[in-house]
Amino acid sequence: MADLNPIRAWQRLLAQPNDSRGKTVLVAVLTALFCTLLVSGATVVLRPVQTANRAAETQARLEALLAAIPGMSEILEASEDAVLGTVVVDLDRGRAAQGITPGTLETALADTANWTALSPEEDVAGIGSRPDFAQIYLLREGGAVALMILPISGAGFNGAIDAMLAVNGDMETIAGIAILSQSETPGLGARIEEPAWQASFAGTRWQDASGEMRFEVARGRAASEFEVDGITGATRTSSAMERIVRFWLGPKGYGPLIAAVKRGEF
Amino acid sequence: MALPRLLTLPLIGRNPVTVQILGICSSLAVTTSLETAATMAVSLTVVLVLSSLIISLIRRHLPNSIRLIVQIVIVASLVIVIDQILQAYLFAISQRLSVFVGLITTNCLVLGRTEGFARSNPPGPAMLDALGNGLGYSLILVAVGAVRELFGQGTLMGLTVLPTVDQGGWFTPLSLMLLAPSAFFLLGFVVWGLRSLYPEQQEAPETEPPSVAEART
Repeated sequence: MADLNPIRAWQRLLAQPNDSRGKTVLVAVLTALFCTLLVSGATVVLRPVQTANRAAETQARLEALLAAIPGMSEILEASEDAVLGTVVVDLDRGRAAQGITPGTLETALADTANWTALSPEEDVAGIGSRPDFAQIYLLREGGAVALMILPISGAGFNGAIDAMLAVNGDMETIAGIAILSQSETPGLGARIEEPAWQASFAGTRWQDASGEMRFEVARGRAASEFEVDGITGATRTSSAMERIVRFWLGPKGYGPLIAAVKRGEF
Repeated sequence: MALPRLLTLPLIGRNPVTVQILGICSSLAVTTSLETAATMAVSLTVVLVLSSLIISLIRRHLPNSIRLIVQIVIVASLVIVIDQILQAYLFAISQRLSVFVGLITTNCLVLGRTEGFARSNPPGPAMLDALGNGLGYSLILVAVGAVRELFGQGTLMGLTVLPTVDQGGWFTPLSLMLLAPSAFFLLGFVVWGLRSLYPEQQEAPETEPPSVAEART
């Protein structure tokens, strides 16, 4: 009769020569099992903390962005009606998305049908495909839009750059920018995180009277109302920022939405 | 070998970075500031010690044919756990280290110690050896990171030491220090200095150039 005692069976397995087929498979399976438990355990246990970290990070950047925009904190403090609202917008139609809330946005974007593939000519920001929906923040003052905060992203020199761009209520000038994440060269490209550089966005226009995209990151100091300062030694990052802003304020980005807000439809 | 020697020898005499030239890639990538260098050093040391312990525990039952893949899987899992912990509790630093924590898996230093030492030694000495090598790596990383941050940005751990011109001080930061080549130069100087101090670290030249006489006199 076969010996069914598990302890003795285990000892028999361990006593096998190391290079026997059975033991090789056993060691492989046990290692895989042990490592699976280790990795999934760590991920599951730590996920709530990580999600909270990311949310806190985004909130802090958003608050810093608002605080850095001249006059914004006064508006927030002065009137009771001034509230920062969250809206999910449909980028192509330029209006609030039907049936998608900030809570369900993540689920909606998991579906590839809600993404638009960009042709190489359209894809100036280097993102490949663009989500059809985005969560934006609107600051209203007495019904009118005083400020619109738009999440933007694109390919930088070393990796993706995620940012928030604030547009003034006139829908013609940029109010400010905040970088959410980037992996540019420390001390050079990574200086896009410095408030001193971000300050040069305030008041910059991106279109001329004919509606043509004119936004540029200058080489050196900004010379016109369409330019922001360049970063010395970070030409590639500067041009990446220029392309990202141009894309997201253009017709494939938030262009339709901005036009709609300008017409007063929002 | 005496146990304390296992711990102290890899610090200078058999330093994994300067003598064995292992783990160079990460010492270039994460040493732009002292804070990232120190975090990386601690992460690598923890991974190295734990993986040495696990591999030393199963060393008698490790089939030869799959020993490398088993070691890499264990190291990779530990690295993922460390990365998750950093993302949870040291979020800001983990953002700056980005992919380099994940790349500890491919750090030749880790596999070098598990394959070369832990696989044939009991857990105690294996962990001591891993700790020594981790500290040796940390020593170089922290030194290079401190020099690069000090001269590249005028700060140490983010605190201003040399006030830069931008902030109205006198110090003009050396941008070169923030780029990867500067780590090569610094590491080269460290290796040069150590091998001059300890001539026994010098390797014998592999080939002697033939002495050539002048063709026409």
